[in-house]
Amino acid sequence: MARTVWRESPKKLEVSDRSSAELHVLAVDDSLVDRRVIERLLKISSCKVTAVESGSRALQYLGLDGNKDSIGFQDLKVNLIMTDYSMPGMTGYELLKKIKTSSTLSKIPVVIMSSENIMARIDRCLEEGAEDFLLKPVKLSDVKRLKDFILKGEETVEEKVTTHKRKLTDGHDASPESPSSSIEYDPSSPSPSAPKRPRL
Amino acid sequence: MDGVVQLQRQFIDYTTSLYEEKYLDEQFRQLQQLQDESNPDFVVEVVSLFFDDSERILNELANALDQQSVDFKRVDALVHQLKGSSSSIGAQRIQKMCIAFRNYCEEQNIEGCLNCMQQVKNEYSLAKNKLETLFKIEQQILAAGGSIPVL
Repeated sequence: MARTVWRESPKKLEVSDRSSAELHVLAVDDSLVDRRVIERLLKISSCKVTAVESGSRALQYLGLDGNKDSIGFQDLKVNLIMTDYSMPGMTGYELLKKIKTSSTLSKIPVVIMSSENIMARIDRCLEEGAEDFLLKPVKLSDVKRLKDFILKGEETVEEKVTTHKRKLTDGHDASPESPSSSIEYDPSSPSPSAPKRPRL
Repeated sequence: MDGVVQLQRQFIDYTTSLYEEKYLDEQFRQLQQLQDESNPDFVVEVVSLFFDDSERILNELANALDQQSVDFKRVDALVHQLKGSSSSIGAQRIQKMCIAFRNYCEEQNIEGCLNCMQQVKNEYSLAKNKLETLFKIEQQILAAGGSIPVL
């Protein structure tokens, strides 16, 4: 029987995120209509969503996370920020800058959304560290592409997970040969036979 | 049942005309794709949000344009909001009118702005009527036990 070898995964998603195994996206937009749409786009793509109406609210939310940043509060951890560019008060660009210059938040990928296709604007945002610049209205395909990109760091883990799941359904021995080098990881539904185990 | 088939045909014809006359564009179809059993009223919900939001914006626009000294930046900001939300639901004619409106704001052309204001109000009324009619036909189909055709 093939031994399942688990590679050390990059720290894009913390271990306890795996218990929910969903991307948590913070969406920032002053438009109520757009917030509702982006929320639905993300939920239908199996993401957890927190939608706020301004840059300052977003920072508030992220700042609270920072204070509580211990194992117990991993549920609040944000994996991606999607922000509108044109907002009253703090623009999406200003929010991007604040995040990228923060010691605690700079690692979070930020995507800018805008209805205006202005080259200089796009360049400025990318230079400031934005992961991507999406033209509004945002489509399902945009969200899927983003999600795939963010999860790419977990690609090798996902492949192993699929293989492991297939083994379970094929009736193979559910318990891994080497407990210290494997984890239970089921993004869609709880594994009935094997208990969830944290990575050692 | 004859009734359902007739209603479905009416729905198809009406929807087709809305797309042909550019009241709606591809984005509306995208919204429909986001609707499912877990969120069966999503489109109606978002469009209702759009109606409320638009009415607020139109009131504020009327107010802003009524001032002795018109704040074109403010007018532009409001039109930008309306352009954004109409684009998000696929209300193409409103969106296009907003683009023209913003040009007049940039030129600080009060006549042009007032003209566009009227046209935007008209387009909004038309779009609202058409969408409400569409939703009504949908309800009738469902009430008669039929399913909404996918276009």
